Amino acid sequence: MDFVVSDLAVARGGICVLEGVNFTLRPGAALVLRGPNGVGKTTLLRTLAGLQPPLEGQISAPPEAIAYAAHADGLKGTLSVTENLEFWAAVHGTRGIDHALDRMNLRDLRDRRAANLSAGQKRRLGLARLLVSGRPIWMLDEPTVSLDVASVALFAGVVRDHLGQGGSALMATHIDLGLSEAAVLDLAAFRAQGRVQAAHGFDEAFA
Amino acid sequence: MSIWEYANPKKFIATAQRVLPWVATGAAVALIMGLIWGFFFTPDDYKQGSTVKIIFLHVPAAMMAINAWVMMLVTSLVWLVRRHHVSALAARAAAPVGMTFTLIALATGAFWGQPMWGTWWEWDPRLTSFLILFLFYLGYVALWEAVENPDTAADLTAVLCMVGSVFAVLSRYAVKFWNQGLHQDSTILKVGEKDPLDPAYYWPLAVCIAGFILLFVALVLLRTITEIRLRRLAVIEARERLGS
Amino acid sequence: MIALLLRDLRLAMRAGGGFGLGLAFFLLVAVLVPLGVGPEGGVLARIAPGILWVGALLACLLSLDRLFALDHEDGSLDLLATAPIPLEGVVAIKALAHWLVTGLPLTLAAPLLGVLLHLPDSGQVWLVASLAVGTPALSSIGAFGAALTVGLKRGGLLLSLLVLPLYVPTLIFGAEIIKRGAAGMAVEVPLLLLAGITLGAAAALPFASALALRINLR
Repeated sequence: MDFVVSDLAVARGGICVLEGVNFTLRPGAALVLRGPNGVGKTTLLRTLAGLQPPLEGQISAPPEAIAYAAHADGLKGTLSVTENLEFWAAVHGTRGIDHALDRMNLRDLRDRRAANLSAGQKRRLGLARLLVSGRPIWMLDEPTVSLDVASVALFAGVVRDHLGQGGSALMATHIDLGLSEAAVLDLAAFRAQGRVQAAHGFDEAFA
Repeated sequence: MSIWEYANPKKFIATAQRVLPWVATGAAVALIMGLIWGFFFTPDDYKQGSTVKIIFLHVPAAMMAINAWVMMLVTSLVWLVRRHHVSALAARAAAPVGMTFTLIALATGAFWGQPMWGTWWEWDPRLTSFLILFLFYLGYVALWEAVENPDTAADLTAVLCMVGSVFAVLSRYAVKFWNQGLHQDSTILKVGEKDPLDPAYYWPLAVCIAGFILLFVALVLLRTITEIRLRRLAVIEARERLGS
Repeated sequence: MIALLLRDLRLAMRAGGGFGLGLAFFLLVAVLVPLGVGPEGGVLARIAPGILWVGALLACLLSLDRLFALDHEDGSLDLLATAPIPLEGVVAIKALAHWLVTGLPLTLAAPLLGVLLHLPDSGQVWLVASLAVGTPALSSIGAFGAALTVGLKRGGLLLSLLVLPLYVPTLIFGAEIIKRGAAGMAVEVPLLLLAGITLGAAAALPFASALALRINLR
């Protein structure tokens, strides 16, 4: 099923930052969001994931199809790697975390407490959560932050496999993952003309 | 012509500004008349002496303290259901007014209680309920102040107002259960019963109540206009920062 | 859902989870009050129901600001909000976990503190009963307050200001049960009313709390 976004407008802190966003994401395809800091990449991803309502426009996929990976990985420092991942697997009703541990190269760290992981290892654990979510559309917000070159390549492989299995990915990143098949969407084209959200029906009255 | 037309802030301000002088004048006239009539031209009570005359402040303030919360509940629901900003701002505008009426009711209650019950403060169920109502107002106002994003603040306070209303009613019954109390029963609607309100007090009290209602409406209109303008100002400032 | 409950319990038990802090606070209240009021057994016995309930209430409040704030900081709350379990369920489970690590230990430890405060033996059983019936309401109501204040930087103080007035009916009925029980009077009415508050709060408040969380997340 295609993931279609049409005429979407999103707001951050009461100010409309993006409007008229249109794109289609087919199964097996990846789309990279580009744009300078503050253009609204995170806001767009949060809106698509169902965490905040759009100002206007349609999103074809329900939030249940979307696995969202933000800046924060949702890890508990006092739990082990296995416990952290098993929790998210249970929440998503999936079984078996071994595959995810293997793919993200975390097997040797499985009994270590998350608080004792390095930043890059934590990030890998956060991304392993995507694999146990069992959801087809990945929304990735700067997934490669604090990953070294080898880990970036590892993760690119994971994404490529996901696409190969009919999944899709939408990512905001400055680093080239080396996914030749990924299309690029420049969000600067959808930058809103400074419409204030509070104005919605409120401000126009004074016009 | 529908009431929802006033959800338009510009229309609301225009109408409110037209009505406000009349309401304010009405409030002033009714309060001055009612209080002078009540304080100087009514007989002393055979039991309570002249202290009874504090009724002309105490009863209207207590009534409006509760009515203000009810109005906040209604406007909060309108905001949650229909998303009219004016409604949320009216709820915000009413809260400090209601809180002040609660304080007036508590203070006049203390002044009345001192000669009657021999103590400034008695943990009487009615007084205690008003003290708890005051705490509810305090929390509501504090939440409005604490949340930065105005729409988030409006949503959260509306939810708090709904839940708070349920718990306020529960508290009222719990407090009754906890202590039977010294406070006399409400006498206003007791015509024909054993210990009714003296007819000599009835009309001045009615005028005072009308005065308090008008005062409340005037203050809420004025404060709502101010809140709308503050919101409008914030919008303009936000747009200035965006540089467009 | 069970996984969430187990995770929250595990987090509370591990180092830094704060398990036992509420209990220690409860104990301190029961020790400090006689030091302030004086050692007279009769006076202590009279105020014991109130002190124990106020102590339980404050001990519950102590850990409330962490209920959603920690999950909010590390991003778990965002992820839970997008997870296939309803947010209302998340709130209910987290309130249950909060009760298991604060309300339940308080209930079990209360008779000991009742002895410290000279509570008559006839009141002991009602002390435990009233806390067992009433403390779940404290957790449900507290979760609502925590949901309202989750995004705020200094939410702790505001949380107390919002939650304590909501605790009034629970406190009144809870202490009343012990007072009446200790005096040998019938306790059915306050006990049923308290149970009503607990059931009502547990059934309805998760919806209000989830609504508040969604508002705060967006």
